[in-house]
Amino acid sequence: MLRGAMGPARQWAMQHQQRVGTYFAAPDLVKVGQAHMMADTESLGEAGIAFIEGLAAMPEAERRVRIPTITDPRGTDFAAAARLKQQDWMIALERRAIAAFEALGILMTNTCINYQTIMPPVKGEHVAYGDTGVVIYCNSVLGARSNFEGGPSALAAGLTGYTPRYGFHLDAQRRGSLLVELNWTPEALHEWGALGGVIGRLAGDYWRVPVIVGLDRVPNSDELKHFGAAMASFGSVAMFHMPGVTPDAPALANAFDGTPPSAQKIGRSDVEALLASYAEGADAVDVVVFSAPQLSLIELQMVADLLEGRQAKVPLLAITSPQVKPDADRMGLTQRIEASGAMLLQGMCFYQSYARELAEANGWRRLATPSAKLTNILGGYGYRPVLLSMEACVEAACTGRLA
Amino acid sequence: MNVVREFTATAAMGEKIRGRALVANDGFSARYDLDRVTGTFSRPEHKLHGRSYLGMVLVLDRAKGGVATAWMLNEMAAREVMPAALVLNTVNPIMVQGAAFAGTTLMSGFAEDITRAVPDGALIELDPHAKPPVLRILGEPETGA
Repeated sequence: MLRGAMGPARQWAMQHQQRVGTYFAAPDLVKVGQAHMMADTESLGEAGIAFIEGLAAMPEAERRVRIPTITDPRGTDFAAAARLKQQDWMIALERRAIAAFEALGILMTNTCINYQTIMPPVKGEHVAYGDTGVVIYCNSVLGARSNFEGGPSALAAGLTGYTPRYGFHLDAQRRGSLLVELNWTPEALHEWGALGGVIGRLAGDYWRVPVIVGLDRVPNSDELKHFGAAMASFGSVAMFHMPGVTPDAPALANAFDGTPPSAQKIGRSDVEALLASYAEGADAVDVVVFSAPQLSLIELQMVADLLEGRQAKVPLLAITSPQVKPDADRMGLTQRIEASGAMLLQGMCFYQSYARELAEANGWRRLATPSAKLTNILGGYGYRPVLLSMEACVEAACTGRLA
Repeated sequence: MNVVREFTATAAMGEKIRGRALVANDGFSARYDLDRVTGTFSRPEHKLHGRSYLGMVLVLDRAKGGVATAWMLNEMAAREVMPAALVLNTVNPIMVQGAAFAGTTLMSGFAEDITRAVPDGALIELDPHAKPPVLRILGEPETGA
């Protein structure tokens, strides 16, 4: 492949992997079972799309991915683009990107919750995943092995079937390096996200692996989804251990090499301080967003229940995957949510959908969300986000005010 | 030009480059921190908030956040709304993958905190091909930098 015998697409991919692998002193490549690619068009831009189209123009035998390769959310839900006031050029870029990816044999799953909906990896499986929330969940909760693979690297893995063996593909990197002792267990999803954010800030480094003890119950998948996604967003963290819950460290004794370090104690006050830092001075909202990660069917049911018999005064966007949406339609959740005036969108994610342009086109600045990850990201896009419970978000949507 | 001081790094890629340093003890993510249209730091909490990064050698503490930077560096380079190079105490894979894809000069891994060692506005040179890679301070900050 490196010499070009399998065509220029795979040659580019191998050259890219060689550059990355050399930087990290990877000893060799490791076979991967799946690739998951983040490639929203805001990130790709015209230059990125032209690059993909160049690959797509190559002969079929040279351009098609060699392993199952799936996609992260796209930059729009075509059915709702006009209501969101997305512009024609955004939609045109999306259509070009999708056509090029499909020509490469990529499965347009358009989801960041593939571990809940597509084909979760198993313990010890090497994969090349490209959404930080996906990576931290699969490394930690499922025991799979992946680094953060940005779009070009996930695509390269799809084309070659390999990725450089460094970081979280290696046993040594998966050992605990930070002990976090909790004296409080979150209840609501936004609290799980906020706790992940606090621990992420404390770790603050891709190469640190927090080991979390002190929970009084086993979290469920949605709770760990928000917890991990926020930790990855706030701290660039790619893996954590919860002895007794996560598979790589069944007990605290398995989590560290040698004696555990002194514990960093975190409690409810730390989470409340993070929540308060976003709430300061906020009294009204322009838009309410349930996204990042995309909502599970269970979360959609919670949203539908909270909206029952109510009307949204400000736009409420609930965003899920294309895999969950048909179930929501079939079970009446979509109808119940949209009866309130809210929008149920699929296959996109708010921050990957031209968030800055959405703000300008719709006059959105003050945003309420139960997603700690979204709260962390949107400041740079000009929003003033506030992190609230699902109940408080729905209340804010129906009154336009913060309680 | 005289070398005022130099620092070796554990890893680097890209071309040898010379430019003015834009320095802060803060993290870096193209999606989280930048207005990539105007070429400024847009995240209000960032220590470089409001400052232009165009043509500057960014000297920051660590890579942070998500995966978007891997595409965005290439997109920024194509539109020429790009820093000249990236210098970080600690990288994550995304920063390396993005630099590899975009052909950006990147250097990381120093014996001391590089954000404290390099004055903001100093003229610096990155030599990724030296063994080991080296960052050289060539001159003091320009007046008003």
